[in-house]
Amino acid sequence: MDAFQQAIEERVAEQHRHHSVTPFFWVWGTLLVLTAIEVYLGYQNMEPKRMLTMLMGLSFVKATLIIGYFMHMKYEVSRMKWLTMCSLVFCLVMMMVFFPDAFRILSLGER
Amino acid sequence: MAEAALPHNVAAIYEPSLFGTYSKKVGMWLFLLSDSLTFGALLYAYSYGRISTPNWPTPFHSGSIVNATIMTAFLLTSSLTMVLAVSAAARGNEKTRRLWLLATMACGAGFIVLHAREWSTLIAEGLRLPIFPAVPHQDIASEFVNVSKAVPQFAATFFGLTGMHMLHVTLGVVYLGVIALRRKFIPILLVLWLVAWLATPAYSPFHYGAHVLLIAALVCSLILWLKPKIYDAADVEVAGLYWHFVDLVWMFIFPLVYLMSTKII
Repeated sequence: MDAFQQAIEERVAEQHRHHSVTPFFWVWGTLLVLTAIEVYLGYQNMEPKRMLTMLMGLSFVKATLIIGYFMHMKYEVSRMKWLTMCSLVFCLVMMMVFFPDAFRILSLGER
Repeated sequence: MAEAALPHNVAAIYEPSLFGTYSKKVGMWLFLLSDSLTFGALLYAYSYGRISTPNWPTPFHSGSIVNATIMTAFLLTSSLTMVLAVSAAARGNEKTRRLWLLATMACGAGFIVLHAREWSTLIAEGLRLPIFPAVPHQDIASEFVNVSKAVPQFAATFFGLTGMHMLHVTLGVVYLGVIALRRKFIPILLVLWLVAWLATPAYSPFHYGAHVLLIAALVCSLILWLKPKIYDAADVEVAGLYWHFVDLVWMFIFPLVYLMSTKII
């Protein structure tokens, strides 16, 4: 490994040494509470679309906490944050192009 | 290739890192982004089937939901222990680092065992794919037999999505085992393979799935033999990124697959 990579690795390790582990316990507790709320919602007899919206909303909050704190994205430089997250969200949103077809299948033969 | 000669006592000038971090970590992030699209495609396929099928089954009783909730707690706890392992590695505390890594592996193994148990129960009750071997003495009037016949997309997307995730968790445990124990992990992996292979009945998909552990043992042996090294704090952090990703994906599978298909009596 070249000296430059070693130097960066040491700098990142130095950053980790300065991070307190207390926020991680808070994040873990919050994730468990959010999971409990999701399970509670799962047993409510509500319309599937409404339930899906609420469950996915909570999942996005959980994902943000995991990426931000556990995966240390919060501590990365802004270029890293924006490039990785924007490209991922863009690609995932593009996949939604198939959903109108799923709704179309539901109404097939109604005319 | 000719080596460039550098005079001594001259500070080297390097181009600054684009992402402000080391290349191993950037490489892992790129891999995770591509893997997100794989899981994204599987989750969208599941959602597509869910939307376009009016009589989508909701077969998960409270037993399955409790089981999946405990599995979620296992994964969330394993993420916490992984963060503590990364922190211990950055502080240079070798013993603590290894202990937290082993705790993470234990949580991951707990997740796999619970998941495998759930799969086995569902298969025994009749939820199956055509490629699965026939289960002897199966009750053909079971609720899940009807589900498999009426909505085959349910079993296909369920086993495809959760199976892909289980494979990722299994490989994650192997990855952490190599980082924590290096060559000492290979015999453990081989014992696990033998136990998983011999302890499962021939009609179980895990009887054949266990060979993933054998392939992993061979690949790990090759890597550890060709490139033996002491894994440092950066290696632990990169392994941690993979582990948290596995946890992250489950945060979408759990509500979408299990909670959206809860049987409410």
